[in-house]
Amino acid sequence: MSDENQIDEATGVETTGHTWDGIRELNNPLPRWWLWTFYATIVWGIGYTIAFPAWPLISGATAGVMGYSTRGEVATQIAEHEAENATLVASLNSADLPTLAPGDDLHRYAVARGRSVFSAQCSQCHGSGAAGAKGYPNLLDNDWLWGGDIENISLTIAHGVRNETDDDARYSEMPAFGEILEDEEIVAVVEYVVSLSSTEHDAGLAGQGAEIYADNCAACHGDTALGDYEQGAPNLADAIWLYGGDRATLEETVRYSRYGVMPAWGQRLSDEDVRAVSVYVHSLGGGE
Amino acid sequence: MDYVKLVLLGAIAVLAAIASSWGHDLAYQVHAFLIMAIAVGMFIYVLRHTDEPAGPAEPDGIYSDGVIRAGVIATAFWGIAGFLVGTFIAFQLAFPALNFDWGQPFTNFGRLRPLHTSAVIFAFGGNALIATSLYVVQRTSGVRLWGGKTAWFVFWGYQLFIVLAATGYLLGGTQSKEYAEPEWYIDIWLTIVWLAYLAVFLGTIFKRKEKHIYVANWFFLSFIITVAMLHVVNNISIPVSLLGSKSVQVFSGVQDAMTQWWYGHNAVGFFLTAGFLGMMYYFVPKQAERPVYSYKLSIIHFWALIFLYIWAGPHHLHYTALPDWASTLGMVFSIVLWMPSWGGMINGLMTLQGAWDKLRTDPIMRMFVLSLGFYGMSTFEGPMMSIRAVNSLSHYTDWTIGHVHSGALGWNGMITFACIYFLTPKLWGRKEMYSMSAINWHFWLATLGIVLYAASMWVTGIMEGLMWREVDDQGFLVNSFADTVSAKFPMYIVRGLGGVLFLSGALVMVWNMFMTIRGATPANAALPRASAAATPAE
Repeated sequence: MSDENQIDEATGVETTGHTWDGIRELNNPLPRWWLWTFYATIVWGIGYTIAFPAWPLISGATAGVMGYSTRGEVATQIAEHEAENATLVASLNSADLPTLAPGDDLHRYAVARGRSVFSAQCSQCHGSGAAGAKGYPNLLDNDWLWGGDIENISLTIAHGVRNETDDDARYSEMPAFGEILEDEEIVAVVEYVVSLSSTEHDAGLAGQGAEIYADNCAACHGDTALGDYEQGAPNLADAIWLYGGDRATLEETVRYSRYGVMPAWGQRLSDEDVRAVSVYVHSLGGGE
Repeated sequence: MDYVKLVLLGAIAVLAAIASSWGHDLAYQVHAFLIMAIAVGMFIYVLRHTDEPAGPAEPDGIYSDGVIRAGVIATAFWGIAGFLVGTFIAFQLAFPALNFDWGQPFTNFGRLRPLHTSAVIFAFGGNALIATSLYVVQRTSGVRLWGGKTAWFVFWGYQLFIVLAATGYLLGGTQSKEYAEPEWYIDIWLTIVWLAYLAVFLGTIFKRKEKHIYVANWFFLSFIITVAMLHVVNNISIPVSLLGSKSVQVFSGVQDAMTQWWYGHNAVGFFLTAGFLGMMYYFVPKQAERPVYSYKLSIIHFWALIFLYIWAGPHHLHYTALPDWASTLGMVFSIVLWMPSWGGMINGLMTLQGAWDKLRTDPIMRMFVLSLGFYGMSTFEGPMMSIRAVNSLSHYTDWTIGHVHSGALGWNGMITFACIYFLTPKLWGRKEMYSMSAINWHFWLATLGIVLYAASMWVTGIMEGLMWREVDDQGFLVNSFADTVSAKFPMYIVRGLGGVLFLSGALVMVWNMFMTIRGATPANAALPRASAAATPAE
């Protein structure tokens, strides 16, 4: 194991003289570039910790000569953004929304702001393209539950639907007809509902269903089944379905009812955000 | 002695049976049942062999290599398990339908993900570290392992830890700390096993025949000691009940977050860096048959690395509730850490001076060199990502995943494969691996897999970061979160394919190991002769 410091033949460098299981070590100096880069990072590090908040003291820490803080940086950026938009926000808050014309600067601003709010807050349920999903209405078409003019849209967004946090939330409740109608009656009324928007139906059965419809459903959904904005009763005569229009799903809806809930966004968003997102949703194509 | 064992095992079996029937949750009950089954099995074994004369003791003149053979096989086994789960969850991200309804809640992404990370880091990486460190410390100290069968306790105790942790995740037992998910009783068990590991390692160093402690052992020792400290402090928690798996952390809020990332970052620093540098410092000079490039560099970069790493954790918590001063220090220490990290790469690569031709002829050497290349790349990328401005783009994106995998697959994976190829023939008395061309195949499959993985994650990571901050001409954010998810889809498939290639390479390795070991008798290498070993080095 013991050997004097030898010269390694391949490199001509001296070894340290130790051997472990045949492994020797060369006595090369630290690579210069490595050492100087290491020193440079240390010097930079000292400078950086003087410039920025860094060294903990007994209570608190050094603040850094640049006066930087991450929270300060964000606060500054938010303040700048708000100052830039202050006029637009003020006009948005005072504007009469139905009179906003597409193409106006204010309308353009409201749509841009609304899309941003929608992406962050609404897309989780209604989809990032606003096309909806089962149980979450499509906002691109002109089929509305609670009304599609801008004031109704705004009201729905601000107060939500069937939530327990806002007394002014949209509210209505369809009975679970499984407790009211016989099984055969449910099958018949479903056939009638199918017949309203589809030619493929059993006319005889649908005829029986029409009577049951008139007695049980027409009060809310209307004699012609076109629905009622006042009660959030869906139009049943079109081929647009919130939960599905096949017989099995319709039967489930009639038997157990549905109870879609939406939060009251007025409690979470600023007035200008509610207004902006209303304008955005109204502009998607189905606004009345 | 046998009677004491019987009483102990019987007591454990009875207690575990009680715990299993009274346990408050599924994970705890299954674990107690598992422990009961093991204790009963051992009880029966001991009972049947009671008062038999002891078998022939292992001769004193050879290294204790049995436990290392077991470790090499365990490394390969857990490697395959970990890569397989990783590949599957990669496809779960691309195709959420793979979160099968029939497998809920056990096989959803949320439970499989910690199974993957723990399997590759602690089961694959941990077994590789234990096996290689115990191999290296014997060779470079010129003695057998200290503590007789304690090394076997470490091996089997560690496997039990892995099984308890992995099954716990699937059954819902987790304390929800990244890379420290196992619940309190598993943490206590790991602490016992780890202290036994420290005792075996230190005991062997203490009775060494060499005057100096070889550099690889500095790294291994720093890894073992620091991991013990990190593990104990980060897992301080109070069990809700002794009969349930749930526990409550003692730290809370930002203190808990800071402790967690002090632990998390140094799991990378000491487990995946210092420990693996220990492997590098023995196996690279051995395979290259060249002296280590610079003794001075090894000293300086060792001390600089272990001093600086421990402070770098706060860079995981930029722009959070963490105070700015801690965030600044984490970033500064990370950047100063750059050169000390590269010291290991330089010492490894420059050791090939005079043996560069081996890169052409020796696929194992190629693996070592590639792993050092990835090591250098990730230890540059890491400090860069710790800079606050860069982090504001990269944090929470797939860039982090890409960074971690270029280190884990490239550095830790490749060097472990190379060590397995080095060790397998030696431990089973073969001249070399069964198939050299299979090693070549493994090299290229793994390399291509890593490239696909890292490149796709860089693309999606940077894209994601840019999409999150993209604003329109009026200053409003353009994209929703779901927009970024759907934009990443093609790259998720590329990433999954990278995983398939990496996994295939590892399967080729397992086949090669099987063919090498098949029919071979374990070879027990002799210790250096006493007369030579007794002479201290000058």
